[in-house]
Amino acid sequence: MNELEVKLIDDNGIRVDGRKLDELRPIKMEVGVLDKADGSAYIEHGKNRIMAAVYGPREAHPKHIALADRAVIKCRYHMAPFSVEERKSPAPSRRELELSKVIRESLESSVMSELYPRTSIDIFIEVLQSDGGSRCAGITSASLALADAGIPLREIVAACAVGKVAGKVALDPSDIEDKQGDADLPVAFMPKSNSITLLQMDGSLTEEEFNQALTMAIDACKRINQLQIEALKRKYVSVKEQAEERHEPKEATA
Amino acid sequence: MAVFAEKKQLVAPGELLAEGSYFPGENTYREGNKIFASRIGLAELVANKLIVVPLKGCYIPRVDDFVIGRVVDIAMSGWIVDISAPYPALLPLSETPASRGMAARKDLTKIFNVGDLLMAEVIAFDRTRDPLLTIRGRGLGRVSSGRVVHISPAKIPRLIGRKGSMISMLKKMTSCEIIVGQNGTVLVSGRQPKNEQTAMAAMFMIEREAHTRGLTDRVSEMMNRELR
Repeated sequence: MNELEVKLIDDNGIRVDGRKLDELRPIKMEVGVLDKADGSAYIEHGKNRIMAAVYGPREAHPKHIALADRAVIKCRYHMAPFSVEERKSPAPSRRELELSKVIRESLESSVMSELYPRTSIDIFIEVLQSDGGSRCAGITSASLALADAGIPLREIVAACAVGKVAGKVALDPSDIEDKQGDADLPVAFMPKSNSITLLQMDGSLTEEEFNQALTMAIDACKRINQLQIEALKRKYVSVKEQAEERHEPKEATA
Repeated sequence: MAVFAEKKQLVAPGELLAEGSYFPGENTYREGNKIFASRIGLAELVANKLIVVPLKGCYIPRVDDFVIGRVVDIAMSGWIVDISAPYPALLPLSETPASRGMAARKDLTKIFNVGDLLMAEVIAFDRTRDPLLTIRGRGLGRVSSGRVVHISPAKIPRLIGRKGSMISMLKKMTSCEIIVGQNGTVLVSGRQPKNEQTAMAAMFMIEREAHTRGLTDRVSEMMNRELR
């Protein structure tokens, strides 16, 4: 079959979706969207739509996985069958199992698990629509959900990927750029501790390209972290403003 | 020496609260000579200590806490009680009033069965074992009437108020008996359903707006409107 060759970067340096090389896709976050979960967050990153839910600390099931000195953290990354164009079978794939593991590891260092021995903290990441960089958006929303649950954290973790597209290092690749690009580098970062908690690479980069990509990713993570903190506070600020506004008008007429 | 957070400022995990010779209080931690928040909440400086009053969090039992729980299982020598904590609590037979006698040991379900609500006190809890309860004491034992309300345990201090001011106001205005468990479970008992509902509405309002100013006035206004 003849495939239409899409030019990933045009002559003006503009990408397929109109972005420049160092531009992030639009991001929207909302915290506390699920009433029944202890903590939850919903993220729209580009065309990604991801829901994260956190339960815990609660009793560990099965009991034997509980640790004597800290909480055990469980994480499930799952893609809904309708999240991609070709229906994805609901059974966990190898990719989902691997991503569940690396996402768990990227969040573990931020959780103060020593405060809750013999319990379990369960993280669920459900990808409702996927368009490249879903593991990063998953980490971003899961970290927010942990904070929303009131679980003590050292700080909130942000994640972003950088790709190599038509030979150039480009921030936050979309699905088509990831599939047709030459490399993909997802990074999760904790800005305050200046630590990387996830670093994976697909494809090939020269040392120089790698350094450039990593710097770009860390900078993006810092910006995403600001958005996370804003989203977390927004939920409480709006309640405060609505409540205090209801009260003020009455005082004026008294 | 500097404090970066204003009084009652909303802070998120990882935010810098202070630098210098301050002490890290609850929901904060120290790294080097800097103090950071570990939970979302309102920052406060108490003497030399920085604390964060949390807006959300699970119930962690403390010795002498009064709690209201539900029996979920029956063990060899007692009952397993759900007190909405990450750990199931145990009420041993030995911690029930002595008048029960020897015969009771044959069938624990004759005393309390699965599903019963109990008012109890925490007598032991540490990192290595699950909380232990007692119902020996005044006012403790099985709950036989009233409505059960679940509030986030982080908001219970606000529900009680300074020296019990908020909860006294609720009790007085609705003429209801209100028993508050530290674990977030509250028992409401009134003569009329309307009074009970108003008390419950007040509790949910406090839960939602615990971090705002002028809450006491707004709650009393709302109750006045409802009870007219």
